Amino acid sequence: MNAGNGNSPDISIRPIAAGDLDQVIALDAAITGIEKTDYWYELFHRYGTRGGDQRHFLVGVRGPQVLGYVIGDVRDWEFGSAPCGWVFGLSVHPDARQTGLGSRLLATICDGFRRAGVRTVRTLLARDNNLILSFFRSQGMMAAPYIPLEMEIE
Amino acid sequence: MKLQTGTSLALYSILEAAGNPERQISAADIATKYDVSIHHLAKVLRELGRAGLVESTRGAGGGYRFVGNAKRLTLMDVIELFEDIGTRQPYGAAGAAVTDTARALDHVLSEIDEIAKATFRSITIATMLRLVERHGRGGNGPRHP
Repeated sequence: MNAGNGNSPDISIRPIAAGDLDQVIALDAAITGIEKTDYWYELFHRYGTRGGDQRHFLVGVRGPQVLGYVIGDVRDWEFGSAPCGWVFGLSVHPDARQTGLGSRLLATICDGFRRAGVRTVRTLLARDNNLILSFFRSQGMMAAPYIPLEMEIE
Repeated sequence: MKLQTGTSLALYSILEAAGNPERQISAADIATKYDVSIHHLAKVLRELGRAGLVESTRGAGGGYRFVGNAKRLTLMDVIELFEDIGTRQPYGAAGAAVTDTARALDHVLSEIDEIAKATFRSITIATMLRLVERHGRGGNGPRHP
């Protein structure tokens, strides 16, 4: 694949369509090593078709080819937080990285969050995910005033 | 977490040089700006040179120039040249008894260490320069891109 420049006008960012879903599933499977077909269909059902201003599932495409996606929503008062945007999925095809496409995807979903009236966006990442952590840092994100916790409940 | 003086000088030097990549920057300029010992700074700059992050030119108008990749080089890459923040001495290692309490305290301190390391690994010099610029404009940075 020759992805070229992610800022080029022949790459557009738009809401996902049903015909894009197989490419999104394949992109995620190639990067994570796990194919999660049911999960993605459920997300498409909830975010791709009836999201309004609160839910966003966007793809970066050149013609019929999906080069990346971003998913997020506005969550009200979760974790005691005033309404804010959450980005919980962002991926760019390895051949399309370092082209500015990830920045465009994030900027576009942030525009959607602003239209929904929120002024803060958050995400959550594994702390050993240096690549994506560095990306979000490069976009201006800093540590949030929250700490994720977990425990085994076997 | 407190970084050693040499590590802090290395970060200052790299950020000064990477912020002006077309210009040679002198050790004296950096020492004056940060009010630090030029002798200590010279040692740090030599180490940065050996690591291939700066190049030095002698003579009038000479100095140091950043030759690394600011988009790839992280704060952790620079820190690791000067200190090992990954191996903290556990409680009990200095001859004291290794108790359940010591092990539990180690667990908590390791959590803090891991978060600090992840932070240093996630911030590139290019990102840091943008942060410096934002602070220079009087803000702590946007909460959203």
